[in-house]
Amino acid sequence: MNWQGWAEIALTLALIVGLGWPIGIYLARVWRGDSTWLDPVLKPVEAAIYAACGVKPEKGQNWLGYAGAFLGFSAASFVVLYLILRFQDLLPLNPQGFAGLAPHLAFNTAISFVTNTNWQSYVPETTVSTFSQMAGLTSHNFLSAAAGMAVAAALARAFAANRGENLGDFWVDLTRISLYVLLPISFVIAIVFVGLGMPQTLAAHIDATTLEGAKQTISLYPTASQEAIKQLGTNGGGVFNANSAHPFENPNAITNLIEIVIMNALSFGCVIAFGRVAFAKAEARALVAVMTILLSLGAAGIYAAEVQPAPAQVAAHAAPGPNMEGKEVRFGAPSTAIWTAATTGASDGGVNSMHDSLMPLGGGIALFLIQLGEIIPGGVGSGLYGMVVMALIAVFVAGLMVGRTPEYLGKKVEAREVKFAMLAVLILPTAILGFSAVAAVLPAALAGLLNHGPHGLSEIVYAYSSAAGNNGSAFAGLTANAPYWDTTLGIAMILGRFAYAIPVLAIAGALAAKPKLAPTSGSFPTDGPLFIGLLIGVVLIMGGLQFFPALALGPIVEHFQVLQAVAGH
Amino acid sequence: MLASLRPAIVTTVFFTLLLGVAYPLAVTGVSQLLFPWQAGGSLIRSGGQVIGSELIGQTFARAEYLHSRPSAAGTNGYDASASSGSNLGPLNPDLIKREGDSAKAVGADRPGTPVPADALTTSASGLDPHITPDYAAFQVARVAQARGVKASEVEAVIAANTEGRTLGVLGQPHVNVLKVNLALDARYPVRHAPAA
Repeated sequence: MNWQGWAEIALTLALIVGLGWPIGIYLARVWRGDSTWLDPVLKPVEAAIYAACGVKPEKGQNWLGYAGAFLGFSAASFVVLYLILRFQDLLPLNPQGFAGLAPHLAFNTAISFVTNTNWQSYVPETTVSTFSQMAGLTSHNFLSAAAGMAVAAALARAFAANRGENLGDFWVDLTRISLYVLLPISFVIAIVFVGLGMPQTLAAHIDATTLEGAKQTISLYPTASQEAIKQLGTNGGGVFNANSAHPFENPNAITNLIEIVIMNALSFGCVIAFGRVAFAKAEARALVAVMTILLSLGAAGIYAAEVQPAPAQVAAHAAPGPNMEGKEVRFGAPSTAIWTAATTGASDGGVNSMHDSLMPLGGGIALFLIQLGEIIPGGVGSGLYGMVVMALIAVFVAGLMVGRTPEYLGKKVEAREVKFAMLAVLILPTAILGFSAVAAVLPAALAGLLNHGPHGLSEIVYAYSSAAGNNGSAFAGLTANAPYWDTTLGIAMILGRFAYAIPVLAIAGALAAKPKLAPTSGSFPTDGPLFIGLLIGVVLIMGGLQFFPALALGPIVEHFQVLQAVAGH
Repeated sequence: MLASLRPAIVTTVFFTLLLGVAYPLAVTGVSQLLFPWQAGGSLIRSGGQVIGSELIGQTFARAEYLHSRPSAAGTNGYDASASSGSNLGPLNPDLIKREGDSAKAVGADRPGTPVPADALTTSASGLDPHITPDYAAFQVARVAQARGVKASEVEAVIAANTEGRTLGVLGQPHVNVLKVNLALDARYPVRHAPAA
């Protein structure tokens, strides 16, 4: 560890959180339908879309209508993406001459991109055509992000409403978020990325003859355009197999910084926008504080873990230094640590190192950040609504202690809301631990493992945590492109996305119908240090209690094995 | 959900065309205009032939070249159409054996000196174009001897192709192996039997 490493981590965190404000202020304008400086260009496009959809923007939807639209859109997205991937050999721009994806792989990949998970069972360089990357994967990077942010907007409106039922219109939110937020920011960042070295070409590959006379085939894609939205939308599905460790996806320390910042800034922006739309700026700042504290602890923990002596390096009598297996020289331990915390906290899932080769506690912290429910700061939109669910549980716990009906942001939190909140929260342990338990004894599942013993268990638990958390990163030694893994991971992704978002919309519907109360002297303040501490406690206990046994058998026991191995030399 | 059918179809089709076709093509057009070299993959050419990409590592085995890190990409390493890390866990016996073997092979350059960790480990991409300044320094004596030049001359070429931390804090110092080797060939050429 050195001061430059800590300075890099601190600087990155400051930029991530700081940028949340300008982005959030702008996002709130888009959610509310206010004018923006892009109106002259985009207003006519927007109006044309509504006309073609037959949508009356001012009418709005109740929670059932909103949820139906969210599901209907996701279903349509799934079908289109599945067909593109399945039949890419019949579509244009397939200079690689790839066949269509196998049914289980097309299913897994389509679910993965529609649920904003972006898990890579496929190896892009040998599987996915240029057209599939663009029209298939790039477009759904935008749309799954916009859909998640739309649900967050609906929840914000529910807190603002007073005995109402209008949560806004899903189609309007989807359209405005895509057009006014994601597209312009991605376009600018993509151009900057190319300037910093990322390829952007329709050519499929270049054949080089190396200095020593060997043939090297260099795969190419329109990389920068996909990379920008991959990070901005907390998607994380790589243009190349090695994701953002690939020098084309992440050529240098500046692109690395930009990628980390944009994969988190919009999630923080959603919290700020929520505060403005729900008339709860101070409470939103408290949520930002909770996310920042946990994210900082995660990054510091991974940095500390990765500079511990790595057993293989010690055994080989290498010069002392951080664990370099699965890391890039240009990044080293600190850039890897802050990235890994950011990508697992944020449900991004892009990687700039191979998580399977992290030290046990480094990989364990990454796993734990996912298991906290993808709310540190979580995916765009989904992180915000996940954290609000935790906040509802926190005020409920506080209410139990003092024997008062809890309130949050001027809304009474009663049995119905808490039931739905628990329903949402319990889907993660059910999907993660249930599927993991089955996989741990099933030969068809165990055949996919690369590493064995505690690390093998970590590969399994990480896979289902990543899928159910809609993260998408992997302990990639696991060969998931087999029917059993593709199918069960796909189901875990569906549960993690929809079995979470639908209860959230039900909560939104229930809250919107309640009167908006002014705070009284009896209200528990939800914007101060006491609440921040309580919420951190609830988040850690929910994650800790549910997943600690699995973590103890995986990363924690492996950590002690590492200590033993290192001490033996 | 039935009421959602029409808007679902319209938005999916429209946005697939806008975000999946028009957007990447527009970015491609603009970047080919502004940054054609980067957009094409940062290729290095020599006499009309593509030698490789500045961003993509290559395998080097000859004594007169700086060597890259081990690579898990493809069967022979540095396969730029099959990027991959080893994904071996920290206690995997294969990893411990592989690093031990590499330490013996690499260590022959400077017996008795501990080998830098990046010389033993595979990168995440398998295409890492860089090594640490420590590993470059470790190889100087071998390269200088093979080329019949002074160590200080090789060190100067390495220094010219070494980048420090960006803004003093971001990332790690690194040496671009391909650029060093190209510069060495240009300044201190080695005569070879022509490659078959």
